[in-house]
Amino acid sequence: MNDFDFYKSESIADAVEKISNHTDSRFIAGGTNLIDLLKYNLLRVSSLVDVNSIKNQSVTEKDGLVLLNAFATNAETAYHPIIEQRYPLLSKAILAGASAQIRNMATNGGNLLQRTRCYYFYDANTPCNKREPGSGCSAINGYNRNLAILGTSEHCIAIFPSDMCVALSALNATVCVTGSEGERRIPFSAFHRLPDDTPELDNNLLPNELITSIELPAKGFEKNYSYLKLRDRNSYAFALVSVATAMELENDTIKEIRIALGGVASKPWRVQEAEDFLQEKAPTRENFSLAAEIILQDAKGFEFNTFKIELAKRAIIRNCLMALNPSSQLPGAQPSA
Amino acid sequence: MSIKPLIGQPISRLEGHLKVTGAAKYAGEYNVSDLLYGYVVNSTITKGKIISMNSDEIKKIPGIIEIFTHENRPSLAWFDMQYSDMDAPPGSPFRPLHKPEIKYNGQPIALIVAETFELARYAASLLKAVYKEEKFSTHLQANLSKARKPQPGLATMLKPPPPKEKGNVDLAINAAAFTAKGDFTHGTEHHNPLELFATTTVYEGKGKVTIYDKTQGTINCQLYVGNVFGLHFKDVRVISPYVGGAFGAGLRPQYQLFLSVMAALELKRNVRVTLDRSQMFTFGHRPPTIQKTTFGSDVNGKITSLYHEAIGETSLHEDYTETVVNWAPMLYPSPNSKMEYNLVPLDVFTPIDMRAPGGCTGLHAIESTIDDLAHQAKIDPIKFRLINYADRDESVNRPYSSKELRACFIQGAEKFGWENRNPEPRSMRRGNKLVGYGMATGVWESMILPARAEAILTTEGRLIVKSAVTDIGTGTLTVMSQIAADELGLPLSMVSFEYGDSKMPFAPIQGGSFTVSTVGSAIKVAGEAMRKKLLKIAQRLPNSAFKGAELDNVVFQNGFIRLRLNLSKEISIKDLILANGGKPIKTKNFNVPNLLKLKKHSRAAHSAAFVEVEVDEELGIINVTRAVTAVAAGKIINPKTARSQILGGMVWSISKALREETISDHQFGKYMNQNLGEYHIPVHADIHDLDVIFVEEKDEIVNELGSKGIGEIGLVGMPPAIANAIFNATGKRINEFPIHFDKLL
Ligand SMILES: Cc1cc2nc3c(=O)[nH]c(=O)nc-3n(C[C@H](O)[C@H](O)[C@H](O)COP(=O)(O)OP(=O)(O)OC[C@H]3O[C@@H](n4cnc5c(N)ncnc54)[C@H](O)[C@@H]3O)c2cc1C
Ligand code: SF4
Repeated sequence: MNDFDFYKSESIADAVEKISNHTDSRFIAGGTNLIDLLKYNLLRVSSLVDVNSIKNQSVTEKDGLVLLNAFATNAETAYHPIIEQRYPLLSKAILAGASAQIRNMATNGGNLLQRTRCYYFYDANTPCNKREPGSGCSAINGYNRNLAILGTSEHCIAIFPSDMCVALSALNATVCVTGSEGERRIPFSAFHRLPDDTPELDNNLLPNELITSIELPAKGFEKNYSYLKLRDRNSYAFALVSVATAMELENDTIKEIRIALGGVASKPWRVQEAEDFLQEKAPTRENFSLAAEIILQDAKGFEFNTFKIELAKRAIIRNCLMALNPSSQLPGAQPSA
Repeated sequence: MSIKPLIGQPISRLEGHLKVTGAAKYAGEYNVSDLLYGYVVNSTITKGKIISMNSDEIKKIPGIIEIFTHENRPSLAWFDMQYSDMDAPPGSPFRPLHKPEIKYNGQPIALIVAETFELARYAASLLKAVYKEEKFSTHLQANLSKARKPQPGLATMLKPPPPKEKGNVDLAINAAAFTAKGDFTHGTEHHNPLELFATTTVYEGKGKVTIYDKTQGTINCQLYVGNVFGLHFKDVRVISPYVGGAFGAGLRPQYQLFLSVMAALELKRNVRVTLDRSQMFTFGHRPPTIQKTTFGSDVNGKITSLYHEAIGETSLHEDYTETVVNWAPMLYPSPNSKMEYNLVPLDVFTPIDMRAPGGCTGLHAIESTIDDLAHQAKIDPIKFRLINYADRDESVNRPYSSKELRACFIQGAEKFGWENRNPEPRSMRRGNKLVGYGMATGVWESMILPARAEAILTTEGRLIVKSAVTDIGTGTLTVMSQIAADELGLPLSMVSFEYGDSKMPFAPIQGGSFTVSTVGSAIKVAGEAMRKKLLKIAQRLPNSAFKGAELDNVVFQNGFIRLRLNLSKEISIKDLILANGGKPIKTKNFNVPNLLKLKKHSRAAHSAAFVEVEVDEELGIINVTRAVTAVAAGKIINPKTARSQILGGMVWSISKALREETISDHQFGKYMNQNLGEYHIPVHADIHDLDVIFVEEKDEIVNELGSKGIGEIGLVGMPPAIANAIFNATGKRINEFPIHFDKLL
């Protein structure tokens, strides 16, 4: 890690101005990902702009919509009564991530911008297109158990590792940002990117843009929801596959359903065709299983991760069934008994 | 009045308070004045040669004191042998910064010494080497054709070669009623103790150093430093009272010790070198191992044939071996047996003992194959083991000094509820989870090494006992204090154990569960010498009631010596010291175990592990929901620290079977998951109901204490018991550790 300047910002405008006035500068929120990148020498900055003191109320309601403050911690958000009651899916997904200590530091804005966990990305001595465009991808023919099966390109097969974002995707959230050009609203589905031939770009946020809040539509699916996370240990491990299901039932048929997958692509994965297929259908194992086939139809495995295709299908079925009875969910997004 | 012996009491760790309050100092925490900080730069290639480095440029950064590389390091001991240590396998030890040649990925190539740690670390990120790369081989499976016999050497004493072939296994297998075979794969693992490896070297003036080191052997490091740097042993003092885990990684002097001492001597300054977590992946590790088994039995389940082969990884410069294949004939008598053990040398650092080395690798293969054989013969796994119970150790044809394994089976099975097991795989369920019960036997040899101990009785009647031994978190301080106190019938408050310092009397490295046996026995010998001296003084007193009494005729209780048959005849220890001219009384003894006598018996601790798993039928997720380990290890000196040892072994068993793996990339010849976020060890949510039983076991042969030592014995049996429980739950035998849940999809 090199020496750098450190600025505290007092307001959104102040933060955007400070970052625009400095080259090689980054915002720092919880620092749980950024500091690691600095320590591994994957990133060198000349200055950091601290956004932690901008924080207002962590969660606010406005005209039925709910705003998550970008600078609030993951823990504050997950345990906020509005989130627990109206958006329990989001609460569950956040609490399935990282560890209590990390969630106490990590912020909502930072969570959207955490980098992949591909081992080669973190090892500056191996080729990696995401870290160093054009250098090659070590993972395609290397260790890729924890990498993607959907939306990959020949240049990168990394995943986006967030749990929170899988729920935000299912909830159709909107990301609100402010840059030197003013404010923008980015629908969640358009926020993260597929690798294509620019794997260095994880998302569509412009340099110097600050995430200020995340807006949740009024509909929270608090009656039928479930988050399931499958990983190599029961806590403190990234998802190999995770599923967020948000469902609305009417007269024993599915009025609306959203199914988002984590751990399988460079963004939370949703397939409209599968969700449409389930509409007006009975919430049965058979129907969920057919939907799972649709969601995974384009999946492609690599040497160590082909199992994810079958695992994802089974996880979708199980999670949709658990959504019918959310009280069956165990803490930590463990599969219910 | 008689006082209760302290041996056998569940006494809490004496240093516990210091540790949990942060008052206990570890090697990297001695903040001596004028300290310089070293940071190591590691090779980024796996094999080749350094052509050049930009050290001159980096040296110009203000605050950088020196950069040591192979080009400017001081000239040191000439002979390889002088880099050797107590745990060095046959071959030539690694010499840091010796030559420009790179032998493995992550090899230290430079030490940057700076005014601050942060500056040294930053400079390390700027130091670049230009290499000439060569082709390398790091993949065990791809190089099995290179397997060859290990070179014999001193290490063979503690790690005997496989026993001789008996009968003809091929013929016996053809004739067997039931046969079970398996191919077992274990990957590389790294010890990853919580405490980082660190050395703080205090420069005491010409040729003299005091070293705070993270190690499992103070004298081992003292001798190494003396030999390598040509210093008088008495001028090298190595201190290491608290060790934040080591798991074997501290059995040999690690390179930060060399680098810290070298820099201190060259710069004539105090220097600390701390390795970071990823650098813990740049020295010894548990070697990957491939095993094959073929066991056969007759119709009644009596074993007729045992074949067990293992191929392990080693480095190109040393032949590290483990005892992997010797255990089956020790546990199961068989007229035909063949065991083979070979090594494949690769471009890696030399492996080093790690948590139950060899045993927890070999017993996985053995105990899973036995489980398979029992399953085929339709005999309950415990009954099967009883049919094949060894009252003698047939691998060397000697009786056991003691062996209460049978009691482990009975008491363990009862506590666990083994009778509720349905032997049919996939027959027990809980909701959508399959439930499986599995068990396995564990065994670990009880070793004893020579050691010295000193006892001093102060003028206040306090007993001080000294040994250079470390306490790697096992409870050594507490247990040795208990042993010492009982020698003179003193309460714990009157005893101090001084340890973790090479200035103290000789103790070997701490590992292999032989510390209680080795150092405890030395303390007993010193204690007995002290009692003799005290009795002599008592006898010299005018009108002594002790005239003519032998040591057996007296007792030491609470600061008094008394006649056993007339306890009212007593003299206080304080009076004896007065009679000694008011001078402290000292004894110093070397305990050399009587190997000729010991060798008449096989000496081993045993255990039986019982495990319940739940496997999600649809998703494969595995949970060890319950486990019981019953241990027969002779006298248990302290049931509390002993239980903690076994619980620790049980957690590491879950780790071994289900979690832990170093991910290697053979395109680059390097380890990829060099941090605790990605090197998975169990978290709280992985650990459920664990229970420990110690069965009664009397042993008058193993050592003076009748205690076999515990540690590894908690980790040898449970990993296969987990694999066997998974088989019972799912009908699938997964022989590759760790067992990933997706294998059960
Ligand atoms: C060991 C470990 C395990 C983890 N496990 C999980 C897990 O299982 N599931 C999971 O979901 N996550 C996991 N995480 C990731 C964790 O959730 C993220 O690191 C965290 O959410 C990032 O938030 P932060 O505030 O600390 O971001 P920082 O580290 O401060 O910043 C991350 C990036 O975002 C930028 N940034 C931060 N805030 C803003 C903003 N408001 N606007 C614009 N840019 C911004 C920074 O410049 C930086 O580039 C884990 C992390 C660690 C270290
Ligand atoms: S998968 Fe992406 S992040 Fe990983 S090595 Fe390839 S390019 Fe880099």
